[in-house]
Amino acid sequence: MSLWLLILIPILAAPVAWMGQQWSRSAPRWITLGALSVDGLLALSLGTGDHATQASGHVAWLVESRFSWIPHWGISLHLGLDGLSLILIVLTVFVGVVATVASWTEIQNRVGLFHCNVLLALGGVIGVFLAIDLFLFFFFWELMLVPMYLLIVIWGHAQRRHASFKFFLFTQAGSLVLLVAIVALALLHQQATGHPSFDYADLMELTLSPEMARWLMLAFLIGFLVKLPAPPFHTWLPDTYTEAPTGATIILAGILAKTGAYGLLRFTIPMFPEAMHEFTPMAMGLGVVGILYAALLACAQTDIKRLVAYSSISHMGFILLGAFAGTELALQGVVMQMVAHGLSTAGLFLVAGALEERYQTREMGQMGGLWAVTPRLATMTLVFACATLGLPGMANFIGEFLILFGSYATQPLMIILASLGMVMAAIYSLGMMQRTFFGRQQDTRSVHDLSNVAFVTVLLIAALQIYLGLYPRAVLSTAQPVMNQLVQAAASSPTMPHPPSESLLSSHLTTSQGSTP
Amino acid sequence: MSLHDFIALSPILTIGAFSLVTMLAIAFQRHHARIASFALLSCLFTLATVPWAATAAPRTVTTLLVVDRHALLYMGLILTATMVIIALSYRYLMVQFREEEGVEEYYLLLLLATFGGLVLTTAAHFVSFFLGFELLGLSLCSLIGYLRTRRHPLEAAVKYLLLSITASALLLFGLALLYFESGAMTFQGVGAILKQTHSVSALWLGGLVLVLVGIALKLGLAPFHMWIPDVYQGAPTPITTYIATVSKAALVALLLRFATEVGVLELPAVAHLFSLLAVVSMVTGNVLALLQQNVKRLLAYSSIAHFGYVLVALLAGGPPAAEAVTFYVIVYCAMSLGAFGVVTVYSSEGGDKNRVEDYQGLFWTRPWLAAMLALSLLSLAGIPVTAGFIGKFYAIMAGIDAGLLWLVLALIGNSVVSLYYYLRLFVTLFSEVAEQDTAPQAAAIQRPEFVNWTTICSLGFVASIILLLGVYPEPLIHLIRDSVSNLLMVAMQRP
Repeated sequence: MSLWLLILIPILAAPVAWMGQQWSRSAPRWITLGALSVDGLLALSLGTGDHATQASGHVAWLVESRFSWIPHWGISLHLGLDGLSLILIVLTVFVGVVATVASWTEIQNRVGLFHCNVLLALGGVIGVFLAIDLFLFFFFWELMLVPMYLLIVIWGHAQRRHASFKFFLFTQAGSLVLLVAIVALALLHQQATGHPSFDYADLMELTLSPEMARWLMLAFLIGFLVKLPAPPFHTWLPDTYTEAPTGATIILAGILAKTGAYGLLRFTIPMFPEAMHEFTPMAMGLGVVGILYAALLACAQTDIKRLVAYSSISHMGFILLGAFAGTELALQGVVMQMVAHGLSTAGLFLVAGALEERYQTREMGQMGGLWAVTPRLATMTLVFACATLGLPGMANFIGEFLILFGSYATQPLMIILASLGMVMAAIYSLGMMQRTFFGRQQDTRSVHDLSNVAFVTVLLIAALQIYLGLYPRAVLSTAQPVMNQLVQAAASSPTMPHPPSESLLSSHLTTSQGSTP
Repeated sequence: MSLHDFIALSPILTIGAFSLVTMLAIAFQRHHARIASFALLSCLFTLATVPWAATAAPRTVTTLLVVDRHALLYMGLILTATMVIIALSYRYLMVQFREEEGVEEYYLLLLLATFGGLVLTTAAHFVSFFLGFELLGLSLCSLIGYLRTRRHPLEAAVKYLLLSITASALLLFGLALLYFESGAMTFQGVGAILKQTHSVSALWLGGLVLVLVGIALKLGLAPFHMWIPDVYQGAPTPITTYIATVSKAALVALLLRFATEVGVLELPAVAHLFSLLAVVSMVTGNVLALLQQNVKRLLAYSSIAHFGYVLVALLAGGPPAAEAVTFYVIVYCAMSLGAFGVVTVYSSEGGDKNRVEDYQGLFWTRPWLAAMLALSLLSLAGIPVTAGFIGKFYAIMAGIDAGLLWLVLALIGNSVVSLYYYLRLFVTLFSEVAEQDTAPQAAAIQRPEFVNWTTICSLGFVASIILLLGVYPEPLIHLIRDSVSNLLMVAMQRP
């Protein structure tokens, strides 16, 4: 039941936030913050509390909850929390707080409705991270779309209509393909056992013919890659991230992109290990193309939000790379990268939004020399730019390093190419700093610096970045049992060659944790 | 006829009796509110006899009618939808009608059309089929042209009349051919040849195709859809709602019975014809809907596409198909009632509000009305939490189960296309109010009379159905399974 509370707190707080508008303009903001903090605390207490691990099938959950829903189709309200979902839920709540703070001054009209939508979208995302019935998963997967769409279309910038259409059509097309695959799986279960089932544990035990597994894996992959996004499904992203209001962009980049990665880890890898393995070179190639192509485009942008958007695609390429490499080390890196990227883009979009709010432009050519004018903003941007370019000591470095290190053995050439992405990240991040904060000042209007609330939030993100950069165990050890299971699930399939020896892997893991700068 | 026959027939008898009483009441004294509430009560009373009739079901009453759970389920749907439409009509007619025109017969015609619909759901014989078909069609024809001093409704009425005549002519000719070949007028007798020999003569097949074309014309499947947009646009909005929901639901009920008892889907030729109709309907409906600037026309084209989806489900064959079709039709009725209901209510505030621009920024001026329309649109687009998603899910599930992969992919592709125009209308609801429109709209808000309890109750009921079926469809699925097993059992057992 406590798992349901995690989802229901934001969803039930949403109408309250809407109504709160009548009392005062900042009431919805405080309600949102309050609901999110309660939710965050609940998640942490669930995660750290002493729970006997409950096993269903061969999947172990820290907390599990199950009610019957539509028994005719074998659908139940089945939620499960493990290390991976715990990390992502905490990230969701945190990014939600950042988004609320970022909208504090930007959103001035229809405040109540804005926060109502934010809370609904977050509730949907938390549902995605908890659902382990595929129908329920799809339900939440779609549920988060409509409020996101409204956030873009009501509060977005000039081209919002176009951007929101693109966002909705792309993601919806991807999810419908996913839906067909989910239905097909349930019906295959019916053929095998006589009754349909959408339950994760049941479907994991299904043996599929190689050809069927290949098609289903592709359908799942398409559904998740659109959200991630990876080329060639990425074209909705730059428009959407640029036109959405800052708060919505932070949610989109910080969490929504992670739902795609989560789907890869939770469903695609354990369900279709053999098909995954066949497809590895292609998918990793796609990842490398994504990293390099997006980084190249990021270098060419003059619009600060677009630059961050493309850098975001580039970083997501690493996640695709690590997920398909399939070694425990790389998978750990993927989790780390999800958290680190969530934090760093949330920070970057917050400062980009703050700049846009102050100068009414996103063109970096019209900024320049702002270091003296807005020192707080400038310093914090520098911190996040360093995080993005993978400076050791920041969480992004750990994520990217683990992914590259962990997958080198599978595809050495591709990893060498991918590491070029880190070099290019340095070029565009520092270029962004250079054009925005250094050089000659173009716009001499006097503007105020970051407000105290925003500054504290940004400081908090930076602190977390450095904390996780120096002490990655906080994330790694939570996710470790889950990743271990994934590797074992993949290894237990007969045709798949065993990944490089386990002992070597675990020794890598300990060294990487011990020797972090 | 025994007492049980009367019990089984009670819904049809009740609505027939009430139609007569309504007619007499109008002759006695014209009073809009009284007649409207009487019509509403008639439907409510008839609905109350449905569970009673269920105690006697399944039962074959003479050779003409079969009352089984399938028929009763559709009767419940038709009567409920009619009640919502009557509730919405009252205000609309108050505004649209002038003093000298008599409005009361409108309700009489609605009851008669519903009577025809109820007969169609139970029909198992050519005679009852044709009687129900004509009663529904002719009543609708006069209803469409009911605003007889306006140009558009008259044009629509003439179009519908021509369509009706064509459909009836094709149908009659088809029925005659079937009778000539099989010597039987019951659905089962016609299908007997197919079941015995598994091969049929060309004339039999020709007759069958003519009958199916007659049904397709009334259902508005492409390429027989030409009348749909014009009639939807021209008819008074409550009647548009009626055509979209009751008239189509009754025909689907009949089509399901006809298809199961004759066993038409076992013929490859017919299956191919239906696949073709399904794909053409989906594509035509969705592509043409993209181009529309009028809300009623947009919904009209979308209805063509939706019945394409229904056909995909129907083609799956067997119990899952019938379940999916019934579920989809119920869901479609709910969402159409929602969408057209909002158009009706909004148009009841003076002047028809048909253009997309009329809905600009509606959410900021009339939040509840806009939320209702938004909910219906999301449901039509098949987004979760709404009934439309479960309906589409059911159809996809039936399709994949039967291995109709290409049709399912066509359905998916079309859903994505359809999203575009639903979203366009959806966005319009939330966009900023245009400057010059603010003044009249603000004036409209100050007019107190347009929100009345019937509107709130009926739209609230529809909204709760859409949400309830979207979140907890289990009870309805259970009910439909019962009804479908009843339909199949009756089809198997009857001599």
